[in-house]
Amino acid sequence: MKTLVMVCAMVVCANAGDLMLKRAMLQIGAVQLSESGLAHAFRMTVSSATLWVGIIFLCGFMLSYMTVLSWADYSYVMPAGAFGYALLTFFAVIFLHEAVSPRRWVGVVLICVGVLLVGQTKPRTTAVAREALA
Amino acid sequence: MTHVALFLSFLIFGSTGGEIAITRGMKATGEPQRLRPKEMLQFLGRALCNGWFWAGVPLMALSFYALLLLLSWEPISFVIPASALSYVVGTFGAKYVLGEQISAARWAGVVLVCAGVALVALG
Repeated sequence: MKTLVMVCAMVVCANAGDLMLKRAMLQIGAVQLSESGLAHAFRMTVSSATLWVGIIFLCGFMLSYMTVLSWADYSYVMPAGAFGYALLTFFAVIFLHEAVSPRRWVGVVLICVGVLLVGQTKPRTTAVAREALA
Repeated sequence: MTHVALFLSFLIFGSTGGEIAITRGMKATGEPQRLRPKEMLQFLGRALCNGWFWAGVPLMALSFYALLLLLSWEPISFVIPASALSYVVGTFGAKYVLGEQISAARWAGVVLVCAGVALVALG
């Protein structure tokens, strides 16, 4: 149960963080690759509240990722994290009313079935490290 | 084309190598006793003192910069499906480096996720 909670926290934080970064960069606009352009972009990014909210979400992702890896297999967590791709597609349809191609829907179904298959396996197949218990 | 292949390998092996190093570090750190702020801060402190964690960070940074360079040369519809190979490479790494047992169901799930991510990215 705690593995499921942590994987969900990971997926939600990663996607929310990415969306916030994207939103912040859209507000800032295209970055000009010149000295003054980069300096302006730097000032705009450090003063953007949306960007900082995104960074907080990405810190939440990193913390939940590190936490779940302290007990669960990497080969269990890694594919389970891909559920975010499916979640983003559902959000795009429900909230943004985007049209999704049949190929993308097939991809979403493959990801969901793949995550379900991995979810059926034991989250941990290695022994607990001695130093971890000390 | 060779530079694309080179940076794609940096992306795939950098991200999986970094994540495997961080996994090893987190396993050595041990799980937090409770998911409360005090225990989580102690857990984070132990993790940041682990050498494997810091071995993983530059590898992940390498893969991030490789991703940025690849995105500046190639369309995202090529880069993301190609990088989905990291699910398969990561599973081999988990088996041979971390000693995890990969059952047939887990292998099947990883292959389906890999194909699914590629299809979603192709749009």
